[in-house]
Amino acid sequence: MPRELHLSVELGRAGHPSAAALTAAHWTDLIGLAEQGALDFVTLEDSLAPPPDDSGGRLDAVAVLARVAPLTSRIGLVPTVTTTHTEPFHTSTALATLDFVSEGRAGWLVDVSAGEAEARAVGRREPAPTPELWAEAVDAAEVAVRLWDSWEDDAEIRDAATGRFIDRDRLHYIDFEGPHFSVRGPSIVPRPPQGRPPIAVALDVHDSDGRWALAAGHADVVLLDAGEPATARLARTALQRRAAEAGRPPGTLRVLLRVAVDLGGRTGSLPPADTARFTGTAADLADLLADRHTATGVDGFHLRPASTPADLPTVVHDLVPALRERGLFRTAYTGTTLRDHLGLPRPAGRYARQTEAAR
Amino acid sequence: MTRTTTTTGTRTTTGTRVTTTTGGRRKQIHLAAHFPGVNNTTVWQDPDSGSQIDFSSFRHLARTAERGRFDFFFLAEGLRLRERKGLIHDLDVVGRPESLTVLNALAAVTEHLGLAATVNATFNEPYELARRFASLDHLSGGRAAWNVVTTSDTFTGANFRRGGYLDRADRYLRAEEFVEVARALWDSWPADGAPRTVRHTGPQFGITARATVPHSPQRHPVLIQAGDSDEGREFAARTADVVFSRHGTLEAGRAFHADVKRRLARYGRQPDELKIMPGVTFVLGDSEAEAQERAAHLRRQQVSPQTAIAFVENVWGRDLSAYDPDGPLPDLDPVPDSDVVQGWAHAGDRFGIAAKWRALAEEKHLSIRELAIEQTARQSFIGTPATVAATIDEYVQTDAADGFILVPHLTPGGLDEFVDRVIPLLQERGTFRTEYEGPTLRDHLGLARPGGEGRHERAASTPAG
Repeated sequence: MPRELHLSVELGRAGHPSAAALTAAHWTDLIGLAEQGALDFVTLEDSLAPPPDDSGGRLDAVAVLARVAPLTSRIGLVPTVTTTHTEPFHTSTALATLDFVSEGRAGWLVDVSAGEAEARAVGRREPAPTPELWAEAVDAAEVAVRLWDSWEDDAEIRDAATGRFIDRDRLHYIDFEGPHFSVRGPSIVPRPPQGRPPIAVALDVHDSDGRWALAAGHADVVLLDAGEPATARLARTALQRRAAEAGRPPGTLRVLLRVAVDLGGRTGSLPPADTARFTGTAADLADLLADRHTATGVDGFHLRPASTPADLPTVVHDLVPALRERGLFRTAYTGTTLRDHLGLPRPAGRYARQTEAAR
Repeated sequence: MTRTTTTTGTRTTTGTRVTTTTGGRRKQIHLAAHFPGVNNTTVWQDPDSGSQIDFSSFRHLARTAERGRFDFFFLAEGLRLRERKGLIHDLDVVGRPESLTVLNALAAVTEHLGLAATVNATFNEPYELARRFASLDHLSGGRAAWNVVTTSDTFTGANFRRGGYLDRADRYLRAEEFVEVARALWDSWPADGAPRTVRHTGPQFGITARATVPHSPQRHPVLIQAGDSDEGREFAARTADVVFSRHGTLEAGRAFHADVKRRLARYGRQPDELKIMPGVTFVLGDSEAEAQERAAHLRRQQVSPQTAIAFVENVWGRDLSAYDPDGPLPDLDPVPDSDVVQGWAHAGDRFGIAAKWRALAEEKHLSIRELAIEQTARQSFIGTPATVAATIDEYVQTDAADGFILVPHLTPGGLDEFVDRVIPLLQERGTFRTEYEGPTLRDHLGLARPGGEGRHERAASTPAG
């Protein structure tokens, strides 16, 4: 039986009719459609930079996905949250809350904010070199994970006899100290349903700015840009090796190859990047993905439609059935959480083991 | 102090006023539902007490409030778990979600209910927070509200980049400048026009920014304010749409109401442009006696033996864990500047309170726990649905309040009985809506949609602080 692939789609780049992108219905319809296709997750890209002049505006990505969460039941919801200007504490608690309101379907696509426009809009710091921003992103991810773990799963005891609602020995200070921030903890939010919402990062083989460190140390999902199959295979192997060097158990990092797709017969609308690019029919795309899946060893794909409203129906109604015919994609969700879809175990909290050792 | 905010670009026409006041109609009551808090008002030992964190609890309470045609749903904020003697306080409900995220989710399961988040101006920046509130307002179709609070302690600051940087004296300066910048951003992108660049230079913020979203349905989310000092009242009169007040008795309520409304004229505002809503608790019963019994039982649940010791420690500023909750108050003196408890409001004059409590305990022969129960605030409204409805109406008709923020004791069912039994009686009196009259929270509260640039320029020219 062939190895099944993971399939996800980017919602956020181009092609949104201006006013509609500000309504909940627009996003509910798109994400509901993706869920019909049993896709692993959607990503919603975000930035604090002003949107392009011809855009109708860009809402906060966590807000949009939280708004859609109660109206969907299976699909993973992965917003971009940038780490440069946002407080790590707020990022961690917002994502934990997204995990609660979606009952275990939140993820986090980590990005930085290198632009001058964002720096001046927030007004808290000068723009910094990109490697420094990614080093800070690694710290922000570390803080988020520690805060998610800062409540053990069984911290709430409701023990009327002793009058205690929680066992405070199962709550932990995280005492993170880094060059940009220090955070004491614990979180105000109990441990989220997935324990840790999966962390994703996009990178290509040329990146040397700290994304690889984030990928190896913290990411559960890597969205890989690699034009040639051989490059993708090498990058995947390197990622697995670096994750092992970082002390992570094997099989806990999913590598998804990013593919820019245009299924509407348009040309010239694909993002210029070193990504696999595809223009054509869904059947041809299914062939390409099957081939790349075998040739590169990646775990699946992250599709970047030229126009999400135009291309997503084709993905769901044509591409997904074509992949299913080849035995490459699930016919229905078999689990309820994003970790379930990705085949990633729910991690034990880092502090839980310490407590066990101390007991 | 120099402070300027300019918005470049073309001017737009001012917005329209959507308030509808029918002549001769009795003064209408406004009601909000407070999600049960992280404190000992919330009873967790009760068999009916559900999760304080699962989304189903939020959904239940919000839908109950909407079924009762409430104006809005309210979430408090805590950015650091409270501590006592250097340890996390473990006797009360602990743990809550991040407010804006859970409110966006609630927007999906409600249609009309306003959605209010308490969010700190100290540990956020205007550009980012203005965007988050504008997003909630868009995604909820105009139902967002912001309860602006400030924190100055280093205890809370330990979770944030800047630590405890803000001087206590500068709290309102920060909040006011924050709101000014946020409103400039909300005004800067007309729905049918191009975004304009907002430039602001002041003691707290220096930004040059273009908004990422155009005008939201309410343009400005409803602004709630809860401070009670002279400064806080002045801030409310200048800036807020709703005051979350603590003055829940008839006399104190009237005095507060009159004082704050009087201040409005200074800022060219009409009395009905600011709603005063005290936070109140309630206990219902089939008879007055039954309601009183339930209230007394509830206070015992709220003050466990351990909570009673903690209650007295807050005033004494000492570790009193060796004391018997069923025994007498400590004969030690309080420690004036104790940091034994962190995350609670300051106890005030510790010696004065301790002396008063000792006298009371002696006179009535009260143990520590009995005193704590006696001193725990009595529920605001205790009675049959008929008397509670009559009392609420009386408060509003006699200007002790414009409405109330109800704080249930129980998650998530603590509002069910009120909505089932009291709301119909208020509706019969003709003082509470039977249907929502408009889609936005401003509609429910009878507040105008802000006029944009004109209003902003007026705010910017007001002398600061």
